[in-house]
Amino acid sequence: MRTVAVVGASLAGLSAARSLRKQGYDGRLVVIGDELHRPYDRPPLSKEFLSGVLGESDLALETDGEDLRAEWLLGTRAVGLDARERTVRLADGGSVRADGIVIATGAAARQLPGSEGLAGVHVLRTLDDARALRDELAGGGRLVVIGGGFIGAEVASTAFALGLDVTVVEAAPTPLAGPLGEEMGRIVSALHTDHGVRLLCGVGVKGLSGEARVDAVLLEDGRTIPADIVVVGVGARPCVEWLEGSGIALDNGVQCGADGRTSLAGVVAVGDCASWYDPRAGHHRRVEHWTGAQERPAAAVATLLAGGAVEPGVPRPPYFWSDQYGVKIQFAGHAAGADSVTIEQGAADDRDVLAVYRRAGHPVAVLGMNQPRLFTRWRKQLAATP
Amino acid sequence: MIPACRLSDLPRGEAIRLDIDPPVSVFHTDDGEVFAIDDTCTHQDASLADGWLEGCEVECPLHASKFDLRTGAVDAPPAKLPVRTHEVVVEDGMIYVKVSTDAPNLPPCVAARLAGGPA
Repeated sequence: MRTVAVVGASLAGLSAARSLRKQGYDGRLVVIGDELHRPYDRPPLSKEFLSGVLGESDLALETDGEDLRAEWLLGTRAVGLDARERTVRLADGGSVRADGIVIATGAAARQLPGSEGLAGVHVLRTLDDARALRDELAGGGRLVVIGGGFIGAEVASTAFALGLDVTVVEAAPTPLAGPLGEEMGRIVSALHTDHGVRLLCGVGVKGLSGEARVDAVLLEDGRTIPADIVVVGVGARPCVEWLEGSGIALDNGVQCGADGRTSLAGVVAVGDCASWYDPRAGHHRRVEHWTGAQERPAAAVATLLAGGAVEPGVPRPPYFWSDQYGVKIQFAGHAAGADSVTIEQGAADDRDVLAVYRRAGHPVAVLGMNQPRLFTRWRKQLAATP
Repeated sequence: MIPACRLSDLPRGEAIRLDIDPPVSVFHTDDGEVFAIDDTCTHQDASLADGWLEGCEVECPLHASKFDLRTGAVDAPPAKLPVRTHEVVVEDGMIYVKVSTDAPNLPPCVAARLAGGPA
C-alpha cells in the first residue's frame, strides 16, 4: 500500500492517521478535511468553549510537535468516490488516488426547515458554529433551544450560566428517552427545571417568526415563545451524500462490518458517518460518540493494512458523557434493550445517581450522575460481559 | 518519601489516592507492579485513581484520556500533556512514594485554583 487517503480531519480522521503510523504504515498519507481548521475537539464547543473558559488553542487535538508526515488538504470537500479508479474527487476539481481509503466524514447538524437565512438561528456542530453562537450569547437575552437532547441541554446549561433567559422545547414527552430510557431521561432533564430553565415537552415546533431576524418560536399547540436567539439541536445526519453512486453500501451511514470494513475492498469507515455491525446487539448501529470516533479507527486501520484478514474483536460498549448545570453525566451501554432500571447508589432527588439497566437480570447499561468512580467500575464490568 | 499503604492492603487492579497537594495516586497492576503518578488528569479535573486500569495504562474516568503508568505519556486524547510520574519503593511490605520535584502538568482550572486565582 503506497498511498492512503483519510477523508475527514476531525477526531476519527486524526485517530485513523495516528493509527496508520502507529501500526507501521510508512507510505504517503493524505488527510482531506472540509473545514479549514486543524483537527479540534468538539465536546467543549457546547460547554467550556461556549462559556469562554476555553479558547480555540485549547481545542487542538494534535500535541505540540506532533508530525504524522501527512499531506493535509484542509478546506477541501470530498464530492465523489470512484471505486474502480480508487480516486477521491474533490470540490476544487482535484482528486486523490489512493490504495487505501478511510472514510471519516462525520455528521452534519440537522437544520429546521424554513430557518435558512434568518439571523439569530443557530445550529452547533463546528468551531465556526460555536464562534457565532458564543458571540450572540454574549449579548444576553431570551434563548429558545429546540430539542432537549444532549447538545440542546448543554447549550441551555451553558447559556443559563451566562445569565440568559432559557427555554427548551422538546417534541417528545420525555427528553433523552431514546438514549437513557423514559425514567432516567426524566431525572436527567429535570436538571433544567431545577435551575429555573423552562422545559416544554410533548410539543412540536411549527415554525419561526421574524423578518430578517428571528423574534419567536411558534409551537404546534398555538403558543408563541418570544426569542432573541434560537438554537436548533435536533440531531445530526451522516455526511455520506458524496458516496452516492460509488457502489458502497449505505444505510443510515456507511455500512460496515465489526472491523470497519465496507462493501468495497480497501475502503474502511469510522466515526459518526459509519454504521458498524455491533456483535452485542446483533445488528448495525451508527454511534455518534466521541469515544467511538477515538477508539474504532485502530481496528479499522488494522483491517485496512491487513487487507481484511484480521478477526474483529468485540468493541467496548458505547460510552458518552455530558456536563450540565455542574453535574457530570456518564452513560455506557444500550438502554433500549433493558427491562429494568435500578438506582444502586445515591438518590434521584439529589441528582447524584448510579443507575444500572438490566435485561433478564444481566446488566446492559449504566448511568452515572456525579459518580465517576462507581460508574467506571460498572463500565469496566459491562465491557467484560459478552 | 511518603508512606502510601501496605502492599497487602492494595489488591491488584486497584488504586489509592494520597491526599497531598497536588494529589498522587498509586496503582497496583494486574501483573503485580506498583506505579505512582499525579492523580489529576492533565485535561480536566478528574481523579485518575477512579479510572480504568488495564495493563500499565490508566484511562481517565471522565473523558477517556489514557496515560502510561511507566512514563506518564499520553496514549489517547483528549489530554495532550503527560502526567508526572513518581518513584515507588516497597520496603518491608510498605509502599513509599518519592514525589517528583518536576513541575506538575495540572489542567487549567486546577492550576488556576492552586495559584489562588479564580477556578
